[in-house]
Amino acid sequence: MLEVKNLCKEFNNRPILKDISFTLKDGEIMTIVGPSGAGKTTLLRIIAGLETKDSGEILIDGKPYDPGKVGVVFQDFNLFPNLNVLQNITLAPTMVLKESKEEADQNAKKLLDQLQMNGREKQYPYQLSGGQKQRVAIARALAMKPRILCYDEPTSALDPNLRKEVEKMILDLKKSGLTQLIITHDLTFAKNVADQMLNVQPLSEA
Amino acid sequence: MTLNIFFWTLILATPLGILVSLGEMSKIKPLKWVVNFYVWIMRGTPLLLQLIFVFYGLPIIHIVFPRYQAALFAFVLNYAAYFAEIFRGGFQSIDQGQFEAAQVLRLNRWQTMTKIIIPQVIKIVLPSIGNEVINLVKDSSLVYVIGLGDLLRAGNVAMARDVTLVPLVLVGVIYLLLISICAFILKRLEKHFSYYK
Repeated sequence: MLEVKNLCKEFNNRPILKDISFTLKDGEIMTIVGPSGAGKTTLLRIIAGLETKDSGEILIDGKPYDPGKVGVVFQDFNLFPNLNVLQNITLAPTMVLKESKEEADQNAKKLLDQLQMNGREKQYPYQLSGGQKQRVAIARALAMKPRILCYDEPTSALDPNLRKEVEKMILDLKKSGLTQLIITHDLTFAKNVADQMLNVQPLSEA
Repeated sequence: MTLNIFFWTLILATPLGILVSLGEMSKIKPLKWVVNFYVWIMRGTPLLLQLIFVFYGLPIIHIVFPRYQAALFAFVLNYAAYFAEIFRGGFQSIDQGQFEAAQVLRLNRWQTMTKIIIPQVIKIVLPSIGNEVINLVKDSSLVYVIGLGDLLRAGNVAMARDVTLVPLVLVGVIYLLLISICAFILKRLEKHFSYYK
């Protein structure tokens, strides 16, 4: 369970986020919507530990927040171009979680199977389509066994007709018990997948 | 001697260049100033002057290097500065997203650098480093001002002794050959790194 309480953030005295509070239950999907400039991405970056918060609290399972429990799928995926699909996924599990190579390979293959990406282990990111890169990015994040998986605009870098596929994939992942937090400006998509929607509005500069 | 200086300069100046480039991008201000000053001096004065300074100048303040070590010292310091500028360009062309992806995967700084960033930087900088490598082959002839025997000096001596142009032409041919070999190896390296885009 992820709890965010009264989260605030300013950049150069300009308020970006003010008193954001929500609770995301295990296994549920929450979408965060709002126009660009509303601070959606900043919110995600704070939850991912890439940005500091000014005040407020973030709790995971009631305990003070630990960025290691959050996985992130970036808008442009940020796969490592010098590593192939399998290496992209197994790098962190072997180096950080100290899994053996066999164990990490096996987990990665399981994840790729689940995401219908089997047989592409040896390909490099430049050989994949956008949707395929996204699946690898998801597998890479899941291999670190996060409590929550966050997506930054999962539909925006993709062909519009792939939206349905992304919806299906996210709902499939939900069935496997994954808790997901999704930033998007695509309302239809947000409604189709969400258990809960949070609307973030830009703060006036008063 | 030409080859010896060439190899050792390359082996020592490359890692030093990477370290210096990290210093140039460091958030620690004093370190940044020192490193920038070093690069400014090394790139702003001729290598020939640096060689003479190290071998003939430093003994005045009681820092004495034997000839070979003096030459290598000057070469490594000079080339590390040039390499550093090339590596800095390489590091800065890496997308910030690569660092962020590594961070959320909880890779530490060392793992991020060695597994993700440096391999990409090497691919980017290879053509520019290649240029410097070729310059280095030719610059190595400068060691003869501090009395080290090298290819050019040998050619000069032979020309004076036999009163013929042949040795100089031969020296030219040998340089061409050395540089062709370097260029070939560099091409192969670039090809090796072309497995991804």
